[in-house]
Amino acid sequence: MGILEVKNVGKRFGGLQALGDVNLSIAENSVHAIIGPNGAGKSTLLNCLVGKLIPDTGSVMFDGQSVLGRKPHEINQMGISRVFQTPEIFGDLTVMENMMIPCFAKRDGAFEMNAIASVASQRDIVERAEHMLEDMNMADKRDMHAAALSRGDKRRLEIGMCLSQEPRLLLLDEPTAGMARADTNNTIDLLKQISDERDITIAIIEHDMHVVFSLAERITVLAQGTPLVEDTPDNIKGHPKVREAYLGETQTAA
Amino acid sequence: MFGLTKRDSTLLIIVILLTVLAPFILNPFPEGSAMAQFNAGYPDLMQRLVIFGIFAIGFNILFGLTGYLSFGHAAFLGVGSYAAIWMMKLLTMNVVPAIIISVVVAGLFSLLVGWISLRRSGIYFSILTLAFAQMSYSLAYSVLTPITGGETGLQPKVDDPRILDGALAAGQTPRANFFGLEMGTSYELELGNWIFTFNAGYYIAAIVMILAFYLSIRIFRSPFGMMLRAVKSNQQRVNYTGLNAKPYTLAAFVISGMYAGLAGGLLVAMDTQVGAERMFWTASGEVVLMTILGGAGTLIGPVLGAGFIKYMENIVSKINKSVLEQWFAFMPDGIEDFLIAIVYPFIGKGWHLTLGILFMLVVIFLPGGLVEGGQRIGRLFKRKKPSDDAADGKTTPAE
Repeated sequence: MGILEVKNVGKRFGGLQALGDVNLSIAENSVHAIIGPNGAGKSTLLNCLVGKLIPDTGSVMFDGQSVLGRKPHEINQMGISRVFQTPEIFGDLTVMENMMIPCFAKRDGAFEMNAIASVASQRDIVERAEHMLEDMNMADKRDMHAAALSRGDKRRLEIGMCLSQEPRLLLLDEPTAGMARADTNNTIDLLKQISDERDITIAIIEHDMHVVFSLAERITVLAQGTPLVEDTPDNIKGHPKVREAYLGETQTAA
Repeated sequence: MFGLTKRDSTLLIIVILLTVLAPFILNPFPEGSAMAQFNAGYPDLMQRLVIFGIFAIGFNILFGLTGYLSFGHAAFLGVGSYAAIWMMKLLTMNVVPAIIISVVVAGLFSLLVGWISLRRSGIYFSILTLAFAQMSYSLAYSVLTPITGGETGLQPKVDDPRILDGALAAGQTPRANFFGLEMGTSYELELGNWIFTFNAGYYIAAIVMILAFYLSIRIFRSPFGMMLRAVKSNQQRVNYTGLNAKPYTLAAFVISGMYAGLAGGLLVAMDTQVGAERMFWTASGEVVLMTILGGAGTLIGPVLGAGFIKYMENIVSKINKSVLEQWFAFMPDGIEDFLIAIVYPFIGKGWHLTLGILFMLVVIFLPGGLVEGGQRIGRLFKRKKPSDDAADGKTTPAE
């Protein structure tokens, strides 16, 4: 039994069957990659996991509890954090404030009317956020506006924000999209380190096969809304069906 | 000081000094001089300056922090006013219960309006709040006439019950008071040609404004305030960080509604009459102008914006043709007529034109409002005298 169990999930947009009949099991503390050509339904599947979309059929169980019908913030409080394709951070706030907000969410839950005490007086939150910034190697940028960070740093901050909530499952949607090679490699190293040091399950959607084969322990290949195969990276590399699905898509697939 | 950082304490002290010394600051010109009409140190206007300051401070908690632009805040001001006047008719002419009830009633009403309107964001939210305000305005004029007095409005009458006050002596009229101290009481200080007026009502309103301003600083610097700024910055990330944006925005909406109710109650305390026109949409628009003109999202901006607009409204609109003729009398006839013809549309009833142009200029050239203007001036001084640390960015020439 995996930490995340997806059973017979289907989703239709008008005349388009975005997800056919998806079954997926992600084992606890593993790194699981979901790959597939454009339009394969990867992002739709991810959105069904975090409450952004509600599937038409099937069930999604996280740690034995259904996530369907719950709002995104409720699913997050269950222990699922999501990193977006374009980093979603609080651009108008400082790096430190960005890091403090998930710490508050972890401590106080979805809503807390704490309108009189000053932020600076919340010593536990300040220390925790500072600690996370050091972990992410961003302590020197704590007073910068988050919008002014480089793409790679924004990604780093977003991952740090998700980690500060101590999620059990971290979902990453193309975390290296649009990144320079050096930033991509930094992100790979960061994710490896996270996976090694923490009790955390990572599910990653990715186009870049270099990233996938550097990180994943299991790979699911999605094509036209249904899983084609699921196997270890070594077996996926030589799989004829995968080569077919990716033909003309990327040169690094095999 | 009072749990504030040094910087915020300085700001609070500046506001306290400005409000306490307002009778001097607003009356810089001697009585009877040509410039005397620019004096704003009379009780009625000073009271309005601080009361609308409260209104704008509250509005800024919603708009400045969460980015939700309400176009119906005058409804809460109006509802607060009606609640206050009924307290004066039924209970006592003491302003304290009236002000308390105005805050409570406006808070409940804003809870209802916010609960419905916050289902949408952006322009749809603004339209919903506008619809609510216009609905309240129309209802106050029509079916709710028994409660609101319709077109004539409400004011305390001699034969109102007022169960706490007891019967008035013959010939006495009901006057708003603070435990016996009447709001209209004034003390006039004459220094040479200058006359400074110290009004009881003004100082009560000023103390309330200082408290309201202090509370808003605390809210801005609290975790709650930080969450509101997060909602403004990226609502998607808020949701995916396990935070429920709805109760945060609703709480901000209710708080700002209560500030509006407080302002409404104080308006009644100073001038004991209410009409539905104070809920009209232009009144809602005015508080938006005040906040943006002063600097949305800044602490002191809304206070400056409110002061600026109310000053303009009262002073510029008082200038008339004969005043202009006096000013330009030293010029040759042709040029005098020409100048008067040019300036005339911008004064008197045309003061809205002046306000509109100023607003456009501020939005285009100073998106941060008067506060940004003050900071730029401050920086200018700092650049010239890098050793001079005393020049802080708060010397805003607003009043």
